[in-house]
Amino acid sequence: MQRRNSRWLIGAGLTVVGALTLSACGSGSGFGGDTADAGGELTSDSSQGLNILIGSSGDAETASVNAAVAAWSEESGTDAKVSVASDLNQQLAQGFAAQKPADVFYLSTDALAGYASNGSLLAYGDELANKDDFYPSLVSSFTYDGEFYCAPKDFSTLQLIINTDLWAAAGLTDADIPTTWDELATVSKTLTTPEHVGLAVGGEYARLGAFMAEAGGSLMNEDSTEATANSAENVAGLEYAQTLLTDGVMSYASEIGAGWGGEAFGKQLSAMTIEGNWITGAMKNDFPDVNYAVAELPAGPEGKGTLQFTNCWGIAADSPNQAAALDLVEQLTSKDAQLTFSSDFGPMPSIQSAAEEWKSANPTLVAFLAGADYAKGVPNVQGAADVVSDLNAQLESLKTGDAQAILDSTQKNLEALLK
Amino acid sequence: MSTSAQTSRRSGIRGGEAASGWLFTAPMIILLGMFLVIPVLMALWVSFSDWNGRGSPFSSSVAFVGFDNYSALVGGGGLAEQDFGTALRNNAWYVILVVPIQTMLSLFLAVLVNRQILRGRGFFRTAFYFPSVTSSVAITVLWLFLFSASGAVNKLLAFIGVNGPNWFNDPSGVLHNILGVFGVETGPAALTGNTFLGISFWEWLAGPSVAMSAFILMAVFTTSGTFMLLFIAALQNLSGDVVEAAMMDGANGWQRFWRVTLPQLRPTLFTVLTLGLIGAWQVFDQIYTGTQGGPGKTTLTPAYLSYQAAFTNQAWGQGAAIAFILFVIIVVFTLFQRFLLAERKVSARRMRLYVQTPRNGGSK
Repeated sequence: MQRRNSRWLIGAGLTVVGALTLSACGSGSGFGGDTADAGGELTSDSSQGLNILIGSSGDAETASVNAAVAAWSEESGTDAKVSVASDLNQQLAQGFAAQKPADVFYLSTDALAGYASNGSLLAYGDELANKDDFYPSLVSSFTYDGEFYCAPKDFSTLQLIINTDLWAAAGLTDADIPTTWDELATVSKTLTTPEHVGLAVGGEYARLGAFMAEAGGSLMNEDSTEATANSAENVAGLEYAQTLLTDGVMSYASEIGAGWGGEAFGKQLSAMTIEGNWITGAMKNDFPDVNYAVAELPAGPEGKGTLQFTNCWGIAADSPNQAAALDLVEQLTSKDAQLTFSSDFGPMPSIQSAAEEWKSANPTLVAFLAGADYAKGVPNVQGAADVVSDLNAQLESLKTGDAQAILDSTQKNLEALLK
Repeated sequence: MSTSAQTSRRSGIRGGEAASGWLFTAPMIILLGMFLVIPVLMALWVSFSDWNGRGSPFSSSVAFVGFDNYSALVGGGGLAEQDFGTALRNNAWYVILVVPIQTMLSLFLAVLVNRQILRGRGFFRTAFYFPSVTSSVAITVLWLFLFSASGAVNKLLAFIGVNGPNWFNDPSGVLHNILGVFGVETGPAALTGNTFLGISFWEWLAGPSVAMSAFILMAVFTTSGTFMLLFIAALQNLSGDVVEAAMMDGANGWQRFWRVTLPQLRPTLFTVLTLGLIGAWQVFDQIYTGTQGGPGKTTLTPAYLSYQAAFTNQAWGQGAAIAFILFVIIVVFTLFQRFLLAERKVSARRMRLYVQTPRNGGSK
């Protein structure tokens, strides 16, 4: 017994020594102090090529980004390689932990706060040559702690998508396109038949939040410094949605056997849906026979409102060649590049100077861009994604739930984040 | 190494054996240490630190924060505690249902295909084992199709006149639904008013959600085959003598199974229950590919929550803390069932059964 114990001790000892050795390696190979804060000089080790990590929606996007990056690479003489992430969050996290992150990458509003607060990101926004061209609401989506972190890549807004055949079959004309909540309720009712429901939406904040915005509310104030989740406006927005649900003229996509609003709409399980620009791709690929039109969402008691979604081009604080990365991002957010992206795979340019050309190139989708004037972003404080997913969980039972109670719990959770 | 030298001096001729023993086991020790022990120790450190995912967790900027990460989970009062409570609730129901059902089913299947007279035994063994060798991702996708609102399962239910639920989108708890049939919609104030880990006792008693039930069925479907194989191996190891002796004593088939076969399977039963418990507490792939915690967080499990905390929220310490709490839970459960299955002296009550025998046969 004695012998066995001592062997165990040796084993344990070896393990601990091993662990310490590894940990010593770990801290030894690091770059010591924090190199995170921008404001100083950008690194510019031009011997290093750039790695670009994207979360692609499909082949069209991959090819388009590849072409744009290759063009820049040729022009600038810096090597650049685009990789498509299968799980962007995980691959980014691994890169940051190993201090060998991709130099340039897609970054969502959800993930911004987490990476910004731990110093993984370079706050380069103020150094962009085209900084003032971005829509201000997009800039505020990527501003954390007063610093503009990264250049908005593109954006989408939610609008009302209408099946024109079902619309005409119900005897409705262009003049009937709803502009107020009452009108929306009326046309939804007209369009509801035993075969399909008038309006189908995803049962989550990222769709129902549009009603809250129309009522003049939002989960947090513009710079995400104050929680306003249980405001009277938000309650009014949700209660309106609740009325549509209980009247049977609106359904959650999941209730009618679809994964999301676009699927319900494409399968003609609903005559209308509320979705963003991405629906155009799905309609073209999966439901080419369904004719549809895009209209602006009806105005609520406080005027028009919608939600916008955006991603940015993040640059890693640990990138050895930040100067080249910044140059690449300026190129990728330029008017030409963004218009090319738009025609290749559909997003809207994040810069105001491209708006007119985009509108003339996409006359049927103008409503999406019109939303840029009044759209609200989603909260970007650290931990907000958890609060929103908790809200989503509760919204699933909105039909029978209490809007005020749902928003009260969200308010409590958001306030906890700000402490 | 000086220790081994000492040992060799002490025990003479056998001394070299220790050195070669170490030598032969060294590759495995190094591999296990490198890829198992050291990462686990590193994770343990992370769970006590404020590491935020950038750079090495051992760099000088990372501080020791004691039990902060743990206390946020078990007593923070915030969303983290509530999520953790929800995840534990979901997974506890999953374990409570999956482990007994899969053990019983696999034993039942094993006994069936072990019978000598069954025709095409090989076919059935392969068929029952098949789900186990299929990737869990593939089966999850299959399950999503089968259990969709208008999927095959609901079509089948409609055939017998049952209006099937919208499986993977139904967050309502099964027990709550059953109570609802009897008109109980809300629980007594004693249950709804008091909370444990951020969710009320009434919610703890909700039972698995309908969505989770579909996962429970899937787990039973996929793992029973593996455990059936273990039981078959054990059954084939049993000597026929004991069963024959029992037959001679007049035991019927039912008695032979419960009183003779099953007690002999105790070691295998322990293995199956242990593996089942571990597997069920660590459920992750199905959630990751299937529902990502939805609907209404009712398929959130601690393993998935740990992943989410670390990789999407950059709360690495909290993610690691969840993993270690899960580890403790699994160890406690395993010890508990080991205690239950331990060989004990026959209890006095049981003994009476056997004591009576000589009295009956006393005329001999």
